[in-house]
Amino acid sequence: MRKNFEKAYLLLSPSLFWLTLFLVIPVLFIAVISFTTNGDFGAIIYEFSTDAYSAAFSSLYAKVIWQSIWWALIATIVCLVVAYPFAYFIANSGKWKNLLLLLVMVPFWTNLLIRLYAWIILMNNQGVINNVLMDWGFIKEPLALMYSPGGVILGLVYGFLPFMILPIYSSIEQLDKTYLEASEDLGAGPVRTFLHVTLPLTFPGILAGFIITFVPAISVFVVTDLFTGGKLLMVGNVIRDAFLVEMNWQLGAALSLLLMILVLLSLMIFMRFTSRKDRKLLV
Amino acid sequence: MRPRTKKLLFSFSLLVFLFFYIPILFVVIYSFNDSKLGTVWTGFTLEWYGSLFQNSQLISATMNSLYLAVITTIISTILGTLAALALHRYTFIGKKSVEFLFYIPVVIPDIVVAVALLAIYGILNMSLGLNTAVPGHVAITISYVMLVVLARLSSFDSSLEEAAKDLGANEWKTFWKVTFPLILPGVIAGALLAFTISLDEFVISFFTLGPGDNTLPVLVYSMVRLGVSPEVNVLSTIIIAIMFIVVLVVGLRMRKRGEVK
Repeated sequence: MRKNFEKAYLLLSPSLFWLTLFLVIPVLFIAVISFTTNGDFGAIIYEFSTDAYSAAFSSLYAKVIWQSIWWALIATIVCLVVAYPFAYFIANSGKWKNLLLLLVMVPFWTNLLIRLYAWIILMNNQGVINNVLMDWGFIKEPLALMYSPGGVILGLVYGFLPFMILPIYSSIEQLDKTYLEASEDLGAGPVRTFLHVTLPLTFPGILAGFIITFVPAISVFVVTDLFTGGKLLMVGNVIRDAFLVEMNWQLGAALSLLLMILVLLSLMIFMRFTSRKDRKLLV
Repeated sequence: MRPRTKKLLFSFSLLVFLFFYIPILFVVIYSFNDSKLGTVWTGFTLEWYGSLFQNSQLISATMNSLYLAVITTIISTILGTLAALALHRYTFIGKKSVEFLFYIPVVIPDIVVAVALLAIYGILNMSLGLNTAVPGHVAITISYVMLVVLARLSSFDSSLEEAAKDLGANEWKTFWKVTFPLILPGVIAGALLAFTISLDEFVISFFTLGPGDNTLPVLVYSMVRLGVSPEVNVLSTIIIAIMFIVVLVVGLRMRKRGEVK
């Protein structure tokens, strides 16, 4: 055991060193900053203060936090509702399965900024949708499609839908078909089989999909930034501006730490309710 | 599945594919549009493609992206592979915590990594450049390499290693002659994943690069912020086309050999 211990940590030490130095320590440092005092010109005064948290929960920013949670949650649920039947179809499409899956991988790997840009072409005031609607006489003035919560949620769904599809697909594909046959042999109809066998067995995929969709959806700043030019805000926008514009590191750090806690909690929940072989659904 | 269910699922999935691809299609179409302004079609042209290849900003951003991706891939592949070997072979005190640590970069919001690194650099008074983006890029890619290699190792027959040892090979020789060739496809898949993630990474680069050092995604961001333009249409079309070709070629080849899920 002792020898194993030494060898294991010898192999692990380079990556543990890297992750500690460039991930754990910086994040802990952020945690410390969030409890310091903001001095003139953004200076950090190392005196204990919870000002950043009072600010984060003040009416101004609390609204942004709630609206981020709300939009990200709606987008995640829409993704789930769309992704499940879609993944189910792909997993059951026989020889076309691989090709269809690769057609999901293309948007998955294409840069988010480019995919959001594609919607700007469609939705902006001189965009395709508005032009068509005006040409056909449905509307007189262009609709502010991008500048609305609906536009932001659409951007989130479009951006992160592949994140939901892939883990659900994996879990459906790994499903042992004999359970389904057993259920039908025992007299359950398709709906009952789906609700009592398929759905519970693919739950790890749903959980993984939920986490890896919700986390980027709540923290992304480019959707609101590119679609609304900063008129609508999410937590990510506030963090970015706190660090780069307002020099209020404490506020940015406090909000980052809140996001971090949310992520660690969801990771713990995931690890608690899934087995080791399900963990690779996250990747 | 009942035929009616199947038909319904088919139509629904077709709509999802259209949802994915129609916006992308418009980018491609407008990249050939003669008009400089907006989205009114005025005629076919290849002019914007020509002018893009003379854009020096774009060329340097592409070189920066490739440089970062190569450095990141080399470091993460080595570190991640070593970690996977440790986690596969040994049971040791603290293994659960180590595994948990490796899952954090997979789920952590990139903006948290980005501002945390920026804060550390700031407090150490470090000046930002191209290399200050490396720590963040590596930190978020090590885990992917580790997990891919670990998956490969779990389907690995350890009696082969024992056979090599029985035949007199020492540990070093066993690793290079037996273990490494067998896990190589996993290492390559992990390296490709790290390369692609780094190439695609925007938020960490945005925060931790020096003011003059753009990567491709950072450049795209600064261009997209200014609105619809022929240059972005063309650049996006080229990136989409490359993605399409790479995903289909690499994907189909790997799937055929059953190396990637």
